[in-house]
Amino acid sequence: MNRRRFLKASATSAGGLMVAFHLPALGNGRPFDGVDRAGEINAWLVIAPDDTVTIRVAQSEMGEGVFTSLPMIVADELGADWDNVRAEYADANRSLREDRVYDRMGTGGSQAVRHSRPYLQAAGANARERLVRAAANRWGVAAEACEAGGSRVTHQGKSLRYGELAAAAAAIEVGDVPLKTPDQFTIIGTPRKRLDSPAKVDGSAVFGMDVRLPGMAYAAVKHCPVIGGTVDSYDFAEIAQRPGVIGAVDVEGGVAVVAEHYWQARTAADALAVAWDRGPGAGTSSAQWQREFAEALDGDGTVAHEQGDVAAGFAAAASSIEADYSAPYLAHACMEPLNCTVHVQDDRVDIWTGAQNPESVLAVGAEVAGVPPQNVYPHTCFLGGGFGRRSNPDFVREAVTVAKEIGRPVQLIWSREEDTRGGRYRPMSALRFKAGFDAEGKPTAWANHSVTHSILAGLRPETVASGVDRTSVEGLTELPYAIPNQRITHTIRNTHLSTWFWRSVGNSQNPFARESFVDEMAAHAGMDPLAFRRSLLGAEHADMLHVLAVLEERSGWGSALPAGTGRGMAVHESFGSIVAQVAEVSVTKAGAVKVDRVVSAVDCGHVVNPLSAEAQIESGIVYGLTAALYGKITVEDGAVVESNFHDYPMLHLADTPTMETHFALSGGEKWGGLGEPGLPPLAPAVCNAIFAVTGKRVRSLPLSEHDLSWA
Amino acid sequence: MTELTVNGQTQAVDADPATPLLWVLRDHLNLTGTKYGCGIAECGACTVHIDGVARRSCITPLAAVAGQDITTIEGLSTDASHPVQQAWVEHDVPQCGYCQSGQIMAAAALLATNAAPTDDEIDAAITNVCRCGTYQRVRRGVHRAAELARTREA
Repeated sequence: MNRRRFLKASATSAGGLMVAFHLPALGNGRPFDGVDRAGEINAWLVIAPDDTVTIRVAQSEMGEGVFTSLPMIVADELGADWDNVRAEYADANRSLREDRVYDRMGTGGSQAVRHSRPYLQAAGANARERLVRAAANRWGVAAEACEAGGSRVTHQGKSLRYGELAAAAAAIEVGDVPLKTPDQFTIIGTPRKRLDSPAKVDGSAVFGMDVRLPGMAYAAVKHCPVIGGTVDSYDFAEIAQRPGVIGAVDVEGGVAVVAEHYWQARTAADALAVAWDRGPGAGTSSAQWQREFAEALDGDGTVAHEQGDVAAGFAAAASSIEADYSAPYLAHACMEPLNCTVHVQDDRVDIWTGAQNPESVLAVGAEVAGVPPQNVYPHTCFLGGGFGRRSNPDFVREAVTVAKEIGRPVQLIWSREEDTRGGRYRPMSALRFKAGFDAEGKPTAWANHSVTHSILAGLRPETVASGVDRTSVEGLTELPYAIPNQRITHTIRNTHLSTWFWRSVGNSQNPFARESFVDEMAAHAGMDPLAFRRSLLGAEHADMLHVLAVLEERSGWGSALPAGTGRGMAVHESFGSIVAQVAEVSVTKAGAVKVDRVVSAVDCGHVVNPLSAEAQIESGIVYGLTAALYGKITVEDGAVVESNFHDYPMLHLADTPTMETHFALSGGEKWGGLGEPGLPPLAPAVCNAIFAVTGKRVRSLPLSEHDLSWA
Repeated sequence: MTELTVNGQTQAVDADPATPLLWVLRDHLNLTGTKYGCGIAECGACTVHIDGVARRSCITPLAAVAGQDITTIEGLSTDASHPVQQAWVEHDVPQCGYCQSGQIMAAAALLATNAAPTDDEIDAAITNVCRCGTYQRVRRGVHRAAELARTREA
């Protein structure tokens, strides 16, 4: 695009107002000095002479606990004394230069443990073996005769600390080392407190917005109200004389105003009158899209999954039911609004941010700054929430664009309003279900058509060429229930809004509709909802049956509840884990809803850290409940209406249910994810409980739009 | 220049008197433990103590707090020894941690006036938003902090 920039003459004078500066303490603390290999046994860990073990974490800490759970995996194999373990971020630039020594650094898809556990175990085992051989060499004994544990190597009464062996160990090459089996774990599977808590209770944890650099300026961005629109014109002279204002730089779909302090930049951006070209999305509305999506449900769609003969199944059915569901666009609303700090110099570009993928930060930095990728140094900070949003580097692109033009370190911050209206939403969708039953009430036919805004159409269009976006039909195509005749079809229907991965992706809306409809089927069949589901699960679903058994027992399913309170349940497998939930919900006669208690039964195969595993299930419940109760992004005249927490409300402590989490682990080869699977069953469990109280079936979210009064 | 007393230190700040205290703390004094979440006093991530009372610094102009005692998360204790900080670590309360400065400041202010709050009193006093859903542990943490404070006094 034709870039515009306005800079005041004083723009190059350094700030001079800094009383101090600091760099991310737990990020990469050596931003200008290259890689420090002192005490490094392999790329994953460093052992200091005082036995402190520093384990590098290649995934992003956004609350899910990777700063603790991933070091636990390495430390278990290493035989480290956990009290001496600390964590720091792995270096994405080094990974680029060293043949991706940190493997895939993106964090998403509840993949951190699932993907990295084998090579993290291997890294710990490799280091342990080197330490053992170093000790054996020192003593002149066979390595096989030595033992490692508690950060020591021992042999017949002799003992050497890891800190004493590290330097020699680093020089020893070893081949593949056999890994521990789960019965040999001593740290994995045990409750360990978070390594990052101390920094998060005294204000010292450095999030992206907390980075301070000498001479740093601040940028406030202002985007076109209609996503896809562009800047038509503005007059920089309007704000040029405001205190602290340095300049204005065009970014994609908007303008960034730069000043010495953020508040100066923010107020100047607010004061700047911008004429927008509102683009092709102007004039559209959510109401229009809801009609269009509902109409599209009448079409055929593309077959995403088919088995048996669904036409014959319905033809032979003794009865059938049908229902339409819908779910809105949703914003991620991370607690920390998007931000990124960039310093562009001749020979290097440094980028400090909390991103879910430092490799994409690196790639975007290289592209925008026009430098070779190996000259870009991402410094990952703590993330004030991610939920998928921080895996899109659009805000990094803006910050590099601005810093390059300004010629000083710049911290670019989106306001909460920009964060809410800036796009990358959970897609909106409409879903139709039809079920046929035989004379005994057993389901024999299942038809489902969904219409969804595609995420992958914009990201990897070749993957949706068939007419199906696999992220849009997850949770729909893999029905666990044994229904012989199935036809699952899909239609992609996009609007001008941008969409992105939102915690649990298609699993965030599809199980809401599916598990609510299954509840309708149970009611139609005159069966208890849990017994109905169980009756449709075959022996190949033994794990899910076990989860349901644990849920039934722990929730007190079937026991009496006070008038006005009801129970609902749902079960869903996603990201390799099965989660079933029972919600106990009170609804006043006037229709006020309060979720009192949520009981979860979880099979993620193995648990690395029970403390953070439970926290992740609770987190999914709160995130899912917030969306179910209040969440919707509304568009009028092409622009998003909601802007901040007053009109895009959040769940508070007072509205939080009591949460009880029970693990029903199947072990074996299963290592399921935990960051997302706690969310999908929550909305249908709550809605099914509302039905139990009120007799009203909720077929669209959020609940705040429904009259749930009952007599 | 405005005279500001933060964490026991008085200093002159060169900022527009209308600047919210939040940004003065973060950008002028480099006290970045106090967080920006919404800018409209809805979320509480910016909570600080002003003369001992929990206040949302994002809507509190600099001019309004001249001469008052301001305490931020960095000044709650010198060594993370405040009962709320200790309880938070003990109960593994933080997840992403971004809202926790505000949660801790709100909890500390509550306990300063109510040594043994009930669940309902905690619910009423702590209206800070947490997107990670740490609420259940926040509640437990407040109870534990109250216990720790009583033990210390005994």
